[in-house]
Amino acid sequence: MQLKKTQRPRNIRRQLAAATCTLLAGTTHAGSLIASGDNWKIDSALLIYAEKDRVSLAEGVLNIRKEIDDDEFINARIVTDVLTGSSPNGAVPSNTAQTFTNPSGNSSYTEAANTTPLNHTFKDLRNALSVEWDTPFSRSLRGTLGGNISREYDYLSTGISVSLAQDINQRNTTLTLGISLNKDTWDPVGGVPVGFTAMPAFPAKKAIDGAKTDKTVKDILFGVTQIINRQTLMQLNYSRGQSDGYLTDPYKILSVLENDGSGNLRGTNPYVYENRPDQRTHQSLYWKGVHQFHNENVLNVSYRYFWDDWGIQSHTVDLRYRFDFDGGHYLQPHLRYYQQGAADFYRQTLTDGEENTLSYASADYRLGEFVTQTIGLKYGFEFKNGAEINFRAEMITQKGKDRSADAVGILQNQQLFPDNEAYLLQGGLSLDSDMVIKYIMGFFKK
Amino acid sequence: MLKTLLFSTCIALALSACSLEPVQPWDRDLLAQQKMQLVADPLEIYLDEHTYFSKEASSGGQSVGGGGCGCN
Repeated sequence: MQLKKTQRPRNIRRQLAAATCTLLAGTTHAGSLIASGDNWKIDSALLIYAEKDRVSLAEGVLNIRKEIDDDEFINARIVTDVLTGSSPNGAVPSNTAQTFTNPSGNSSYTEAANTTPLNHTFKDLRNALSVEWDTPFSRSLRGTLGGNISREYDYLSTGISVSLAQDINQRNTTLTLGISLNKDTWDPVGGVPVGFTAMPAFPAKKAIDGAKTDKTVKDILFGVTQIINRQTLMQLNYSRGQSDGYLTDPYKILSVLENDGSGNLRGTNPYVYENRPDQRTHQSLYWKGVHQFHNENVLNVSYRYFWDDWGIQSHTVDLRYRFDFDGGHYLQPHLRYYQQGAADFYRQTLTDGEENTLSYASADYRLGEFVTQTIGLKYGFEFKNGAEINFRAEMITQKGKDRSADAVGILQNQQLFPDNEAYLLQGGLSLDSDMVIKYIMGFFKK
Repeated sequence: MLKTLLFSTCIALALSACSLEPVQPWDRDLLAQQKMQLVADPLEIYLDEHTYFSKEASSGGQSVGGGGCGCN
């Protein structure tokens, strides 16, 4: 005789939570969101990011979440982005026009005098997929297993992650342990350039070290989340990561100057490819606090201190303050401040012969000393059925500091760090699958 | 010096958490709201992290996983 497996009562915790929320809070929005767990929860967003005279990007994200069993979830995120425009190639501006060879080696481009040299060939399509399985192991322990893959025409990133969350102290404290492993492969246009070799003038070909190269990135994170009181929550994380392999940017170069302090480019081979260490260890401390005031407005603030063995240190403060209005409307200003110190091997120029004596050098502005400031505003509207629509606009400015030792002679009249200004527009829509089905059925009934 | 100060602050915060009065399940109506989650809008945070990952030398700290890109 075959015994029939007893049907497991599904979603009891969710229904209890929904009932509790509805009874205690009386908030139809929170209640309906949780009660909609039998359906697929669909979140989508479209981002338009545009830098002044540089890169433009459109990025679409679709996130689908489904409760597959009692308190057990599957989450899938699909991302597509299209990038076009120009990116600083690492060379410094000059008082004369400069000609560079494209990464493919099949053509060249010329930049006007007194302008930041940009590589204009960036056109990229990226597709990414990540999937997470989030399940309880016991009443107080849950785990998340994730996998991700991201593909660009010259870059492939694959990774897995595992995290465990243990509730203690009557579920007022959660201890988190997370690890991840990423394996990335570069397939740069024109091959992998040999560090510190010359960017040859077209039609000569650069020296390469194969067509492909790769790196691995391992991360570990320890975290504590603490409920402080009925209105306040805090999180504190320590994370450490190690990257091994090819950490250089195959498209970045450095300007090489004459040794006479004039600031003039040297006569032959004035540009060389950058060269970075093949290992990097970074660490960070991250703190976040969320607090709801008596007027129901919510403050979400975080601070991160980051440091690595390349000599980079950074401080990041991020602040969002949500004002709730009647009828489901809200406004959320956003401020972000980021300050970074330069890597030990960051150089804006080299002098003739230094490429033979230095171990590493890069003029990538992202390794320099700079400040990023962000100011933005988000508007959202929560429908009574739990759906939400939102929009945000932000302005990002990046201002760097020139290395005085590199700004010699005629370069003292140039701005070596490529300051940047970018605008970000985003629209988002969140709803449940039953809302989509109802809409489609209604459309066909018409 | 700065790292020592930060670690000391973290330990002090962790110890002070032990003396907090536990919040009972029936008092967690506010904490259950979406806007009170540590990551209230996951897509917004994902897009921000992707943007700054490609423009700055620092990344991560909030969670693990998510993947990389050859961003410029």
